Amino acid sequence: MKQLITLIVSAIAIAGCGSGSSEGGADDQLTVGFSQVGSESGWRTSFTQAVQAEARDRGIDLKFSDAQQKQENQIRAVRSFIAQGVDAIVIAPVVETGWKPVLTEAKRAGIPVVIVDRNMALEDDSLYLTRVASDFVEEGRKAGRWLMEETGGDCDIVELQGTVGATAAIDRMTGFNEVIANYPDAEIVMTQTADFTRARGKEIMETFLRAMDPADICAVWAHNDEMALGAVIAMKEAGIDPGDDILVVSVDAVPDIFKAMADGDTNATVELSPHMGGPAFDAIEAHLRGESVEKLISVNGDLFTQETAAEEYQKRTAG
Amino acid sequence: MTAATSLLSLRGVRKEFPGVVALDDVDFEVRPGEVHALLGENGAGKSTLIKVLTGVYPRDGGEMSLGGETLSPQSVGEAQAAGISTVYQEVNLLPNLSVAQNLLLGREPRRFGLTDWKQMNAKARETLKRFRLDIDVTRPLGAFSVAIQQLVAIARGVDQRAKILVLDEPTASLDASEVEVLFDILRDLRTAGLGVVFVTHFLDQVYALSDRITVLRNGRKIGTFETAELPRPKLVEHMLGYELQGTASSHASRGTVTEGNDAALEMDSACVSGSVQEISLAAQSGEAIGLAGLLGSGRTEVCRALFGLDTLSSGRIRRNGRDVHITSPRGAIAKGIALCPEDRKANGIVGELSVRENIALALQARRGWWRPIPAREKRAMAEKAITDFKIATPDADKPVRLLSGGNQQKVILARWLAIAPDVLLLDEPTRGIDVGAHAEILRLIHQLCERGMALIVTSSELEELVAFSHRVIVLRDFRQIAMIEGEDITEDAVLQAIAS
Amino acid sequence: MTGPKSIISTLQRHGALWPLVALGLIWLVIIIVNPGFFAFTIQDGRVFGGVIDIFNRGAPVALIAIGMSLVIATGGIDLSVGAVMAIAGAVAANLIVGTDLPAPLIILAGLGAGLAAGLLNGTLVAGFGIQPIVATLILLVAGRGVAQLLNDGQIITFQNEAFAFVGVGTLLGLPMPVWLVLFVLAAMLLITRRTALGLFVEAVGANASASHYAGVPVRAIKLTVYAIAGLCAALAGLVATADIQGADANNVGLWIELDAILAVVIGGTSLMGGRYSLVLAVVGALIIQSLNTAVVLSGIPPKFNLVIKSAVIVAVLMLQSPVAQAQLASLRRRFTA
Repeated sequence: MKQLITLIVSAIAIAGCGSGSSEGGADDQLTVGFSQVGSESGWRTSFTQAVQAEARDRGIDLKFSDAQQKQENQIRAVRSFIAQGVDAIVIAPVVETGWKPVLTEAKRAGIPVVIVDRNMALEDDSLYLTRVASDFVEEGRKAGRWLMEETGGDCDIVELQGTVGATAAIDRMTGFNEVIANYPDAEIVMTQTADFTRARGKEIMETFLRAMDPADICAVWAHNDEMALGAVIAMKEAGIDPGDDILVVSVDAVPDIFKAMADGDTNATVELSPHMGGPAFDAIEAHLRGESVEKLISVNGDLFTQETAAEEYQKRTAG
Repeated sequence: MTAATSLLSLRGVRKEFPGVVALDDVDFEVRPGEVHALLGENGAGKSTLIKVLTGVYPRDGGEMSLGGETLSPQSVGEAQAAGISTVYQEVNLLPNLSVAQNLLLGREPRRFGLTDWKQMNAKARETLKRFRLDIDVTRPLGAFSVAIQQLVAIARGVDQRAKILVLDEPTASLDASEVEVLFDILRDLRTAGLGVVFVTHFLDQVYALSDRITVLRNGRKIGTFETAELPRPKLVEHMLGYELQGTASSHASRGTVTEGNDAALEMDSACVSGSVQEISLAAQSGEAIGLAGLLGSGRTEVCRALFGLDTLSSGRIRRNGRDVHITSPRGAIAKGIALCPEDRKANGIVGELSVRENIALALQARRGWWRPIPAREKRAMAEKAITDFKIATPDADKPVRLLSGGNQQKVILARWLAIAPDVLLLDEPTRGIDVGAHAEILRLIHQLCERGMALIVTSSELEELVAFSHRVIVLRDFRQIAMIEGEDITEDAVLQAIAS
Repeated sequence: MTGPKSIISTLQRHGALWPLVALGLIWLVIIIVNPGFFAFTIQDGRVFGGVIDIFNRGAPVALIAIGMSLVIATGGIDLSVGAVMAIAGAVAANLIVGTDLPAPLIILAGLGAGLAAGLLNGTLVAGFGIQPIVATLILLVAGRGVAQLLNDGQIITFQNEAFAFVGVGTLLGLPMPVWLVLFVLAAMLLITRRTALGLFVEAVGANASASHYAGVPVRAIKLTVYAIAGLCAALAGLVATADIQGADANNVGLWIELDAILAVVIGGTSLMGGRYSLVLAVVGALIIQSLNTAVVLSGIPPKFNLVIKSAVIVAVLMLQSPVAQAQLASLRRRFTA
């Protein structure tokens, strides 16, 4: 809120002066407005921090606005960025629809817009410069490849799906299944949605363990870390040693999963890369140099395992 | 009357409900160009007659004809199509739609299959001009006063090529000047040859407007009279069913009440804003005060004020000589006052609960939730009440809604007697109950007086009111107009006071 | 007469027949798709088995359904229970992480937050005469926001054995949430049936005006039932939070108000108010949880979950409807004649 007020105040101040800083390249410093969804999850917070760190490293003046998960706040922030005459705008949209008017305003003002993370439903792709997004399918593939290597392609898997219909759930499932299709001895024996939440992950895992002999389960594949952490609790309560008796692989790489990995409770996680700032700033700089930019830039996170978990946990919780 | 001069004619119409004959061999006739008032106290059969006429209820016997043709409407729509329009006390139009839409709902002018708004609004303005209403017909109906809504409802009724217009208490929500406007319009309609059936409780309006009067009582027709030839006291007699001369019944000697003692309950110049004005009454222990007056005279409102349902705007209430502030039924009960309400179903019984639970409810409420009445005690209480009051129920577990009206009333009386109040307010305790229960309740009133309870009783039945009252307060238009005491209490005297 | 016939007629008189039949049928389906599910085993002094799982998982809905029953019996409704769960969880988690308070005090603080929320609802309904659905909608929306604010938008995780016991502990072989449901059910039965509270609740729901005339403190009764509902929701929130040793303000108790209302309705309590049954509301919660479990065990793709769930619930509710009951009665007559 405070940030927003500051923005508005400065917007007025600039309008009062009557001269925009975006005119010409008088100073070399790039000014970029960044409208973030909010801070609803640990991953979101690290995403924000990663973008801010990247901007600091490049000497970019980043104007940050937290939308508190409301689109109207984002639209207001974008308008304020336009009024301030920033060089470019980065938006992590709350929702997909309703962006056309404000993006048209940005286009008219000649300010390039980069969409990061979630998508926007836009028919006219001239309204934005590029979109930087995670490749969910590739994340699924990475998880699958790791598991197949670890088990030699012989594994009965139980799957905890994300929310039915969510892009992240569908794509991660697609990528994972694509990989294990090549291994005749690998099979998903039970699958159910756990809505991306820890509580449901625990509940569904409990039922899986009751439904079949735990000794027949080789691995848990969860579409996000939260569900994996829930499944870990369920297994521990059932007297099973997760990470040992049953392997656990998931996606996101939130701080808590590194702790779990360090404790030996889960085995691997694929990072949903929060490092979307770099590619976004690259694209902006290329555009300002007059180069053409691809309309979709995929970022891929790395796979982390227990070996580096303790170290990563330190790193990620220290900052 | 020859058939040629009558527009609407009902012969020997009969309507029964389980256990009740609501209309018994009723004749009713309306001529073209007359305003015919239909009068009677509650339960006389007015509303049943109107519902038979407008197709809400099928009749069980008799004949009806309109303009010489046999009339047997099976639905409100059929009655309307035949030319009978009805306007009810509560406006039953759609407040969210525009005035024009309300006026022409269901028969909007169409153009290419779509509503022709321009023509519709013009037509609506035209219609309302006849009613001297110049309002913006495109605004939602709900934006206008109740009076205008009422006029729109009437306009809608008349506009439907009506031959007969039935008005069921149309003036209840109107003020004096609005009533005048309405009456002017009705006189116009009368001149235009319409037959108007007019139901009201306001006798002044009957005399101001109607040509003839038909009085119903207990489902029977008492007679049809030329308004000009029927003096007001005579009308009241017909409505209430007592003759002024000759039948003054003698009463059991009334115990003389010791004067000088503080009254058990006293009301001193009590006013409630928008309700009763300047009411003063006093009930000694062992005394029954009767509240007389026509419906809507303020009887119920006096009871409400005494029971804390309405708050006094001025004046005071005293218990045993001490000023008391009663702001809720709980407060009244704590001061030993109980009320059997007029509307038994809405305010008396808790229908879903058993007879036993209903009887225990007030006592339990006074004890508080943390001190439950032991089950055995509750059972004994219920059994005793069932025997004492001769409540007809197979067992005390029966939901009270399954009992007859009289037995429900006895359950409520049992509920109050369980807390042994000093003052008992009975609002129409005998309405709508069978003869047996009626006698039981009257006997009970006598007993309670003898036991030293102070009673305030309202009743539309003068005979019983006169029989048990030590003092009768007569109300009219929310004001106290007479107090009759001791040997002066006769049906004649009460009637005179009501009709004066 | 004793014997199966009289048992059936007794159950029918209390409206318990159809909920129990429905529960039995769902369990039968579970046994068919997974014969081993209901097998009991004892491990580390704890009894394991399908029935206990269902009871354990259904505990939050059952707890909330108990409070919801009383609210619905007064003719009201409480939509805010899920948000109250989130608040109680957030309060507890933040106290665990931020202070050294002992677990019992933390539990009391969580319950206190629920009580405060319930009193707020009750004041809006009874004091200001706001329609219950509107009054509790306020907290449904705002409450989760408050919880998110307390958690700073994060999932607050913690390590606290004593507090976690509420969700994952075992007492005499049974999971703690099962005990909590039994305890709250017994306590509420005692409070409502051994005092006159139950009578007043039913009287207010069946005819508030007549109850007012009879001297029943209508407002105080309404305030009380919302306060109880708030307490029950807070307890459910503590159980859910302890279960995963983390307070997830975004997701805990999401949509649970609908499951709880459904449980109450399946238990035969009318949304119009009046007669209610706490025991049958808990049975209703078990039906819903059994259905969830059955869907998972059946191996049907998750996208059919909601369709199957709603189809079964519609069937149960239709069987209980007056129309279907009358039809069944006439069929039975023809059959016996």
